[in-house]
Amino acid sequence: MIKIIDYKAGNAPSVMHAVTHLGLAAQFVRCAQDLAGASHIILPGVGSARATMDSLREMNIIAALEQAVLRDNTPFLGICVGMQILFDHSEEEDTPCLGWLPGRVVKFNAAQVRVPQMGWNNVRFTDRSSDYFYFVNSFYAKPQCQTDTWGTAQYQDEFTAAVRRDNVFGAQFHAEKSGEAGLALLGDFLKGELPC
Amino acid sequence: MLTKRLIACFDIVGGNVTKAVQFQDNIHVGPAAQLAQTLYDAQIDELIFYDITASNERRGIDIATVKEVAKCVFVPFTVGGGIKTLDDMYEALKAGAEKISVDSMAVRNPQIIEQGAKAFGSQCVVLSTQVKRTPTMPSGYEVYIDGARLATGLDAMEWLKQGQELGAGEICLNSIDCDGTLAGYDLELMKLAEQVVRVPLIASGGAGKPEHLRDVFTQTQAQAAIISSMLYSPRMARNYSVHELKDYLLQQGVNVRRYA
Repeated sequence: MIKIIDYKAGNAPSVMHAVTHLGLAAQFVRCAQDLAGASHIILPGVGSARATMDSLREMNIIAALEQAVLRDNTPFLGICVGMQILFDHSEEEDTPCLGWLPGRVVKFNAAQVRVPQMGWNNVRFTDRSSDYFYFVNSFYAKPQCQTDTWGTAQYQDEFTAAVRRDNVFGAQFHAEKSGEAGLALLGDFLKGELPC
Repeated sequence: MLTKRLIACFDIVGGNVTKAVQFQDNIHVGPAAQLAQTLYDAQIDELIFYDITASNERRGIDIATVKEVAKCVFVPFTVGGGIKTLDDMYEALKAGAEKISVDSMAVRNPQIIEQGAKAFGSQCVVLSTQVKRTPTMPSGYEVYIDGARLATGLDAMEWLKQGQELGAGEICLNSIDCDGTLAGYDLELMKLAEQVVRVPLIASGGAGKPEHLRDVFTQTQAQAAIISSMLYSPRMARNYSVHELKDYLLQQGVNVRRYA
């Protein structure tokens, strides 16, 4: 079963709508036990890195999530802040994060570009065709390992718009709100078209 | 590169879209979810819908319609009207909206901007404001509320600055003078606003021809523009499809999301 982590201020309902639209069934996860039997796990993201980390701690879910993703290799997709917290650290409120991927998350320079970045940007992937996706972000990831970068886009400079390492995927953009391109990417992830 | 956004705007009454000229003479267009689905299929970049009678009728936003639209639309979707409290915001977000637009309510209680930004993030809070040319104001524009009926005495640029400081993540600026005239956006207003606004700025009011979109995107720093009549008003001699508008803008060198 597909599992969508539902924490306060996240936009799990929008992700659920997208998954349902793809003709797939999913369940919300609100505690560690709910992760049992996960075929795929999606961590939606809205709000700050700190609030997201706090929510995951309050739900007491981090150990179960690491078991499922890092040891049992369940395919995982983090969206927006859900991708940012995969790294070691976020500059946003100086927040230590999960550290599944080496690297840190830093802020766009408001002297150079409007912050947040809000709108459709073109993402170039390493192994799928480029397309437009919807972004809302003030912060972006700087992976330490170049091979973790799956897609890039241009804003202040070129930045990492998507990451992947084995079964761990991350999208800085809102795949659930990126029209048909976003639905196609979600569908590929959920239907096993993205080899882990 | 980030593209310029075309945002379709609906005024909703009882689940149906209506179209007014300068806030009067509403005519019926059709069911909101149906129009939303049609525009999503046509690859509109974003949708905003305003429940225009919620405040007057002292009720919350039409959640049933928010839910219905959210099920068929997979682009960002903003809702406004009848939002008074954090709980109202939470309910609309939970129903599937991405962003909440605050307008008259925020003028009466500016703290709602700050509270919303803290609870859900700035990106969820769109400050929409209706302004009218008023030569006696320092910036030449005054903020109006309650469906553009009530002058507030607030200077438009001062209000935008304040809204931004309180945490609004985006500003939607509607010209009352241009609204429904189909004569083009108020470019002067947008040029003033881009000097004080650092968050994304949405131009609203006056679009009637594709050239108006070109002008606002090439002559001002607006990142997005509201269109409504052009897309669906039965009053127009001719409506435009999203594809037509995007083709035109691309030809004119405006970077928009290409459609498949």
